[in-house]
Amino acid sequence: MASEAHVETLALREQFDTAAQQKDASTLGMWIFLLTEIMFFGGMFMMYTVYRAVYPNVFGLASSTLDEVIGAVNTAVLLCSSFTMVLAVRGAQLGKRRTVMLFLVLTIVLGLVFLGVKGFEWNQKFQEHHVPGPSFHLEGTALQGQAQLFFSLYFAMTGLHAVHMVIGCGIMLFLLWKTYQGTYTAEYYTPIDMGGLYWHFVDVIWIFLFPLLYLIDRHLK
Amino acid sequence: MNTAVLPQRENYLNAGHGLKSWLLTKDHKRIALLYLITISLFFALGGVFATLIRVELLSPNGHLMSSDTYNKMFTMHGVVMIFFFLIPSIPAVFGNFFLPMMIGARDLAFPRINLVSWYLLVIGGALAIFAMVAGGVDTGWTFYTPYSTSYSNTWVIATALGIFVAGFSSILTGLNFIVTVHRMRAPGMTWFRMPLFVWAHYATAVIQVLGTPVLAATLVLVFCERVFHIGLFDPALGGDPVLFQHLFWFYSHPAVYIMVLPAMGVLSELVSTFSRKPVFGYKIVAFSSVAIAVLGFLVWGHHLFVSGQSLYAGMVFSFLSFFVAIPSAIKVFNWTATLYKGSISYATPMLYAFGFIGLFTIGGLTGLFVASLGIDVHVTDTYFVVAHFHYIMVGGAIMAYMGALHFWWPKMTGRMYPEGWAKLSALIIFLGFNLTFFPQFILGYLGMPRRYHTYPDEFQVLHVLSTAGASVLAVGYLMPLVYFMWSLRYGPVAGANPWGATGLEWQTASPPPVHNFDEIPVVTGDAYDYSRVVGEVMEVG
Repeated sequence: MASEAHVETLALREQFDTAAQQKDASTLGMWIFLLTEIMFFGGMFMMYTVYRAVYPNVFGLASSTLDEVIGAVNTAVLLCSSFTMVLAVRGAQLGKRRTVMLFLVLTIVLGLVFLGVKGFEWNQKFQEHHVPGPSFHLEGTALQGQAQLFFSLYFAMTGLHAVHMVIGCGIMLFLLWKTYQGTYTAEYYTPIDMGGLYWHFVDVIWIFLFPLLYLIDRHLK
Repeated sequence: MNTAVLPQRENYLNAGHGLKSWLLTKDHKRIALLYLITISLFFALGGVFATLIRVELLSPNGHLMSSDTYNKMFTMHGVVMIFFFLIPSIPAVFGNFFLPMMIGARDLAFPRINLVSWYLLVIGGALAIFAMVAGGVDTGWTFYTPYSTSYSNTWVIATALGIFVAGFSSILTGLNFIVTVHRMRAPGMTWFRMPLFVWAHYATAVIQVLGTPVLAATLVLVFCERVFHIGLFDPALGGDPVLFQHLFWFYSHPAVYIMVLPAMGVLSELVSTFSRKPVFGYKIVAFSSVAIAVLGFLVWGHHLFVSGQSLYAGMVFSFLSFFVAIPSAIKVFNWTATLYKGSISYATPMLYAFGFIGLFTIGGLTGLFVASLGIDVHVTDTYFVVAHFHYIMVGGAIMAYMGALHFWWPKMTGRMYPEGWAKLSALIIFLGFNLTFFPQFILGYLGMPRRYHTYPDEFQVLHVLSTAGASVLAVGYLMPLVYFMWSLRYGPVAGANPWGATGLEWQTASPPPVHNFDEIPVVTGDAYDYSRVVGEVMEVG
């Protein structure tokens, strides 16, 4: 063991002994952070499950007003963004700076497309009076309160997901800037790796949201 | 021992000067001191609210303040003490300072995140204090809906936001501890050579990481409900207020273990050090911490026995709640077994340890009373529950916190505190505590409901006793403030290992150097092996 702490670099902070130890620690830390995110979303998933089970008919009806085509398109967009993210990480492993930058830009663009489509969808909800509040109205049921519950959860969950997407785009911009500056090398690219983990996580949340919100009881339509 | 100036060896305290060197530090030891100062202020603030509550309850008719003001007092007492003092207390101060040292690391895995977590606590605290100054909040620390979302005209959102932000502080501390324990142990420091303090903090960190986000999500929903009236917890719109209680207690019951598990970790260190014996049944005590963390997530429903939860759910939760008593009792029995034939010294930290063992036992046993469905129906929402909770939190967690403060003060500052004064204050705290809270068991059993501002005349004697005890307790808490300050300048120089303790934190200088060890230690034996202790034991009488 070194008796004195070594000179600090990005790849080897002073509290670590080796770069491998640091990378291990960062990766474990990121996974634990994602675990906290699962618990964060978990409370809302639990509420959705409970209310869906208690009010199956109204929730089925409310759910069938969502446009599954738009949802599917957005799912495809997100899956593509995860693919470009993987390619960015691969580029980083190989130390190809321009490749990394290209794919980070593509990831950001796809993320923004997702948010744009989502915004369009939310805007439709306003026009259809499906936004919880005084002017809320859903055709075909007398149980307006319960129907509103569905849309409350819909907005809470997709809204929180969208917030995570915005943060994700911010992280990608930061990584793009740092890559442009030449901070990362084939030996040290942990932040890109961790950014990738985050991006995939946000993607996976949507993979659960899409069927839960859009697809159950599709046959009722 | 003399009162000479500190040796001019470089340590973490004199390595940098000026406010900036503290506010931007990444050193876990300095961050621990920042936490210590911050939570001491919150402790004092929560104590002020407690004092006002006790003074108000001197008379049955409530002359001092209106019932609305009284509601705000007990709410803010709870919010401050739980979210801004007890949750951070031992982990953020002593865990931060000593967990890396105990496993032979130079720092936590993520020093910058550690600093961020302190700022989050400060920001959260500032929001909560803003809410209090602006007019206070009166929902109780539990924020039960629909009162918190529809009816209360107080600063619910600002307070909830403060707790939300402080929650992330707690999450980041837990995350840091888990990664540090996994990835930063010194050569030879295997899992079963770690001090039990570290095991307890590991178990605590798991709860912080898994539980706190659920509270955060719940507070977001309360926010949405209060601002947009979307009906998630409103029966008029099909929502269910009991669902809020489930979500809230899914965090807030495990949170009780966030507060008491680190205290149990401290106890293992104190009992072993001051009886000069290894902790009896080391592995069982280590696993009991993990067991408490796991079981703690399965018992939240015992807060809903009278909330309209199904009887069968109540029975399952009651049954599971009894299970928590097993690992808790294992700890108490094993500490007691550690004392057996030990070479016991009655230094101040050990007095607090004794206090903990006795009071925690009373708190734990009364926990079994309230975990029983039949008895709970009788005592729920009474002072019996208040007394039970305070026996665990004040009699348990704060006793251990005070013990830890005395035990590690020489390591943190390089100076000894005055032993005689410290023993006196420990005694005063013990007496004051029991005088404050034991009458509350009786009050509750006789039917005095909690959170009431007035009460029938026949309860006055017990309330006056309780208030008298609180005054004694206040004196006991003020004394350390004075003599710790005094010791910073006039206390005898401590030396590296004044207690003859075994932990790695004692094998380096007091105060420790910036990177904790001049040379990273190589661990070759078990924790608590007193044949290996180097350094002289200071005589404490």
